[in-house]
Amino acid sequence: MSEIAVVTRPSLPSTRFLRRAARKPLGVVSAAYLVLLTLACVLAPLIAPYGPLDEDLTHVQEGPGAAHLLGTDELGRDVLSRLLYGGQLTLLGVVECVAVLLIISLPVGLAAGYLGGWVDRAVNAVVDLLLSVPAIIVVLAVLAVFGSSMTAAMVTFGVLGSAGVIRVVRSAVLSVREELYVAAARVSGVSEPRIVARHVLPRIAGPVIVQASLFAAIALAIQTGLAFLSLGVAPPAPSWGGMVGEAASLIDQDGWLLVPSGGIIALTILAFGLIGDAVRDATVEGWSAASAGPAAPPAARTARRRSGSATAQALGTTETTDTTDIDGAVLAVRDLTVEFDGPSGPVTVVDGVSFTLRAGEVLGIVGESGCGKSVTALSLLQLLPPNGRISGGRVLFAGQNLTAMSEREISRLRGKSMAMVFQEPMVSLDPSFLVGAQVAEVVRRHDRVSRAAAKRRVLELFEQVRLPDPEGTARRYPHELSGGKAQRVCLALALAGRPSVLIADEPTTALDVSVQAEILDLLRQLRKETGMSIILVTHDWGVVADICDRALVMYAGQIVEQAGTKALFREPWHPYTLGLQDCNPQRWTADGDLPVIPGTVLPPASWPVSCRFRERCRFAASDCALAPIPLELGADDREVRCIHWHEVAPARSV
Amino acid sequence: MRTLIIRRFVTAIPLIVVVTGVTFVLESLVPGNTARAIIGASGSPAAYQRLRVQLGLNNPLWYQYWQYLDQLVHGSLGTSVFTGEPVSTLLNQRLPVTLSLVLLATAFCAVVGVLLGVISAVRGGVVGRAVEVLSLVGLALPGFWVAIILVAVFAVTLRIFPATGYVAPSASVSRWLWALTLPVIALGLAGVAGVAKQTRDSMKDVLAREYIRTLRACGIGWRSIVWKHALRNGSIPVVTVLGLVFVSALSSTVFVEAVFVLPGLGSMAVTATGEHDIPVIEGIALYFTVLVVIVNVLLDVVYGMLNPKVRRA
Repeated sequence: MSEIAVVTRPSLPSTRFLRRAARKPLGVVSAAYLVLLTLACVLAPLIAPYGPLDEDLTHVQEGPGAAHLLGTDELGRDVLSRLLYGGQLTLLGVVECVAVLLIISLPVGLAAGYLGGWVDRAVNAVVDLLLSVPAIIVVLAVLAVFGSSMTAAMVTFGVLGSAGVIRVVRSAVLSVREELYVAAARVSGVSEPRIVARHVLPRIAGPVIVQASLFAAIALAIQTGLAFLSLGVAPPAPSWGGMVGEAASLIDQDGWLLVPSGGIIALTILAFGLIGDAVRDATVEGWSAASAGPAAPPAARTARRRSGSATAQALGTTETTDTTDIDGAVLAVRDLTVEFDGPSGPVTVVDGVSFTLRAGEVLGIVGESGCGKSVTALSLLQLLPPNGRISGGRVLFAGQNLTAMSEREISRLRGKSMAMVFQEPMVSLDPSFLVGAQVAEVVRRHDRVSRAAAKRRVLELFEQVRLPDPEGTARRYPHELSGGKAQRVCLALALAGRPSVLIADEPTTALDVSVQAEILDLLRQLRKETGMSIILVTHDWGVVADICDRALVMYAGQIVEQAGTKALFREPWHPYTLGLQDCNPQRWTADGDLPVIPGTVLPPASWPVSCRFRERCRFAASDCALAPIPLELGADDREVRCIHWHEVAPARSV
Repeated sequence: MRTLIIRRFVTAIPLIVVVTGVTFVLESLVPGNTARAIIGASGSPAAYQRLRVQLGLNNPLWYQYWQYLDQLVHGSLGTSVFTGEPVSTLLNQRLPVTLSLVLLATAFCAVVGVLLGVISAVRGGVVGRAVEVLSLVGLALPGFWVAIILVAVFAVTLRIFPATGYVAPSASVSRWLWALTLPVIALGLAGVAGVAKQTRDSMKDVLAREYIRTLRACGIGWRSIVWKHALRNGSIPVVTVLGLVFVSALSSTVFVEAVFVLPGLGSMAVTATGEHDIPVIEGIALYFTVLVVIVNVLLDVVYGMLNPKVRRA
């Protein structure tokens, strides 16, 4: 028993939300307002300046003044006094309603959630029925039968309203019931009622308070509405709703009387609603606080980030000329730097990337997850998520700098000059539209042709991407396609604008192995047919070897090596390239363990100024930690970011 | 899809039995019983007894209820205690008023709410804060009070809209809309913010999806992305909220019709309450229940239209 008892209740739960709620200013103000209001109404006989029915026909319909703080009504009765006395009935109605609601919904919801089985099913059936009952009409029926009993009306409303709260209680109980500490308590012999009282009730208190206060707001609206209709209250007696009614009959003479009566109703409803909001926020915060892990001290992050962006400034070393007049270049990227908003300010995730893409070339971008490959690809067409932005560098295409373009300008280039396909074809297509219609919209965007012509072009494109049964496929929704077919549709979308550059971000990663080969085949054929250049982001060396002419190896936001595919495989210069190739499963020989690079890519906020691969590198020496490592230009236009690269090639393991 | 709709209607049968049963049991609870209400406190005991026999009130309750259900199956809802007219005739006269009001209020919430929601999802800023304020205001201000304020400002002071009354659309569509403008705003104000918030949240969710990025990468314009693709995908949860708006607007007609003196079911329920006219209230309860059931079925159909996965299942 002692061992099981070690499973304790999580430290965060239960009534802490009340303390958190107490820190919400709006919630506190609302609670204070309600307490004061209730006190004032209860003590009305002591503090009200006049009696609720004291008429003074010499002072009729006076505005606010010293004698009557809120003025007088058509019979010269003091509005403030009537509000205070009227509040007794109104608030009593709310209390009756909420009390009935809780008396019914707590035990029933607890029983349904805790006992389950047929009890749960029966309760659910009744709740479903009650939720569809027109509550207000039933309340009117009750009033018709019981004459003007507001209590009967509010009790009825509470009964009908309990259905919704039963649901909330039930689902809250269900989630608590399965928790370890409850199970532990049960095993260690604590009686069921005690478990409910000690463990379950505190945990469902938050949702229940939220529901109760929101329902109080509704009950107040209903109570005042009924009183407004002169139902449930005998006329000379004051009530808030009744006072609105009296004021309404005078609107063509005097609007003031609507203000105090309507105002106090609105304020009180608002107070109940805000308390509900505050408690809900506090409960939700409790949960997210519990699930979030320990955060690194923000100061350290900021410091690192600053040095990181300093690196970006310092590293202009291999900055070539800013022209694209390299032989047959279609795209030139110069010193591209991308940052994302982090918890403590912007963090650089792509750091001074430069490369050139030649016509008809397939350029691979390789690296582990988190190295900035996909971000680099996305930033070329400015498709970064809202928390990311290009903070420096240029993307030169057809004589234009894309990074300087507005969203409107670049959206004209997207699909037409450069197109993109993504990793997950199944979620990359709009689920609500037929795939044929999606491709047709893109076709019409680029070609401005008739619907019929667009339809013909869609079928052409589907044939071009080797989709069997193009017409049948066009009439399908994305969820009716296999991953391979969906990726072909995505390729058709990308080809619709006849782009000269296709950016493919891990286009085969999410697909079955056999389908991967087909898609790569297709890319190779498309390149041959259209002459377009392809940027292929991948972590798979097989893919690089299969299709790429040249590859960039990225590590921690930087290019660490760039070379032709053959050279890169024959003689990797950077330790990271070597490590990646060594741990490629296809090179693995059965007699040894699969080699791995020790450690993982650090999060961008903690990238060092010096060599970023140093801590995982078997060639690391003391000089690696001294300064930023420049990208060195070697023979055959190869580039490498390593000061010990001469040692790497001879150390090749296989 | 069709079986789903049929199942919806079949499960509505016990609901109708419960709603009518509840009001029926209420009716049997004296003091305000029907015979006494008709005959008044001054009626002689003999006349009272005669009337009870005539109304079948001396039969056991289950038998009375059985007779009621039997009538119901044959399309009769009994007769009004107060006017002696068939309840169904009375209600059918008034149904168009309430339906116009509630449908227009729902449409008002849909158009204004979706518009505000989309703008605050895409732009945020001022509109976003306006939606927050509006949702507080919509929550806090009871419909009947808003209704009176609207009357005071737009009907009494500015004299733009009529304060009371109803014009059938068959007589004049423009005057019908004119007469219903203020009531529709009073009914719909609370719902606008709810629709706007849901639209904003689901639009934000959808705009972050991969397929939106695909469409952008293909060069599709922002307008088409927002209003066609994101709104279409984001509208499914909004439809649920619109269903709730319809139901709560239906309930609020009880208060709002009274302010604008509209001859609908809501104001009739209030009058019938004062007159202890239980058969009429019972009939209105039934009408409201059936309306809610129909709306739920319509929602299922709309879900199917919006979500191909449901439609093609």
